[in-house]
Amino acid sequence: MTTVVNVPPSLDDHSFDDVLRQLTGTPSDSKVLLDARHVRWASPFGLTALLTLAQTRAEMPALAVPELEETASYWARAGFFRHAEELYELHGSYPKRAGASDSNVLLEITSVAKSEDVHDVVGRIQQKAQLMLRELSLDAKATVGFAMTLSEICQNIVEHAGRGGWVMVQTYRWTKRLGRRVVVIAVADAGVGFRQSLETAPGKERGDRWDDAAALEDAVIRGVSRFRDPGRGQGLAGVRRYLGRWDGKLSVRSGTARIAIVPNWDDDLPLAEHLPPFPGAQVQVTIPERATSAQSQPVSARTQR
Amino acid sequence: MNHIDLSSVLRQTVSCDLYSNLVTRPTGAAVRHQIERLLDDAHDRTLTVIDFSQVAMIDFSCADEVIAKLLMRHEADDSPRDAYFLFRGVTDEHWEAIEAVLERRGLALVLEQADGIHVVGTLGSEERRVWEAVRQMGRATPVELAERLDVSAVEVQRALDVLRRRRLVMRLSDSYVVVGAHRGG
Repeated sequence: MTTVVNVPPSLDDHSFDDVLRQLTGTPSDSKVLLDARHVRWASPFGLTALLTLAQTRAEMPALAVPELEETASYWARAGFFRHAEELYELHGSYPKRAGASDSNVLLEITSVAKSEDVHDVVGRIQQKAQLMLRELSLDAKATVGFAMTLSEICQNIVEHAGRGGWVMVQTYRWTKRLGRRVVVIAVADAGVGFRQSLETAPGKERGDRWDDAAALEDAVIRGVSRFRDPGRGQGLAGVRRYLGRWDGKLSVRSGTARIAIVPNWDDDLPLAEHLPPFPGAQVQVTIPERATSAQSQPVSARTQR
Repeated sequence: MNHIDLSSVLRQTVSCDLYSNLVTRPTGAAVRHQIERLLDDAHDRTLTVIDFSQVAMIDFSCADEVIAKLLMRHEADDSPRDAYFLFRGVTDEHWEAIEAVLERRGLALVLEQADGIHVVGTLGSEERRVWEAVRQMGRATPVELAERLDVSAVEVQRALDVLRRRRLVMRLSDSYVVVGAHRGG
């Protein structure tokens, strides 16, 4: 029997939990069909998480692609179908070629499995540095910090996940929510996740409370790493410092918990527990354009692309 | 004096001209090992300039592998050689990662900038004061430093021992110079 999972029309880091909730209790070797026909919008998190989800299934899942041509076209330009063809039985028609590149996609979905992939990702994003300088009003120092952030988050996959993952970078105009453009990084893997990774730390004692949320607090807030070496764990600490300076947001989901470093412009929960389980780690970073006085008044809805 | 252009070492290490960024731990470890190999060919006591001028960016992990572990290895009691390091060409773009690892590891290094040389990172106030006095005097004995700073020679010697162990000053006969002030090795 095939379990049909309805993918929400707007697929982002929060609504993806609806997908996972529908899969709770479904054996990984059972057949699953993800029905994305009515999806109209998907964030980089949504797209990379969909790929990651397929990795967690022993039986190759099926995916009914978005019916809306504009959405399917965007997914193609983001590089989604190129990877999905290897992970899903794809049902429905979709553009076989990506077509013209999308200037808002700073980095299309890119697989990350080894150190060389991180070099490639950083090199490619640096080629877009001028675009970031111009469109996001970031200064040169901020773009370097952005590349560092991207590098460190991608390295988490290489060093801790135990299997490959994906990264995507996209800009948006969040006119209603923020009144500014933002750049969003999503990095997802289906590896061992933070809790299991930290549990491999030699001689590490655990308190009474030890779960996915505690592991995320250790790693993201306290900079704890599975390595004894005190130099480890600097990556996420550095990312936090960078985001603090640029009023950015960091959100990390692993297992059944999600932790977020929440700036003033967002109202996300700092810690969400008892979420539907999902292997590995999924990181989302959002960096807003520098505010100007003219941008202080949000005016209209957030738009796709 | 050795001069090591980090971007050249990077290209030799990863065998790809496309990589101009010092990113990832494996890359950092490979670059550090290549630096160590170059140091093996040098004299017993060496001053090595680590040049960042052609490096586009360095991330936290790579800074830890290249800079922190290089400094830590040569600060240790079983240091393989009497090596000193002067860092050149470090810009604001590099500094964020370097500052973070120095702070995390409790390290300090000598930086050459347009306006002269500076000691940066984690260093006690007394050691920093003695280092600054040595820099200003060019070359000084513990007694001369004690007179200038109006402290006991024992206190000065204690600070100098720390600074020497941390490769921030070099001893020349009975006197001391800060790293980078004396380029003869």
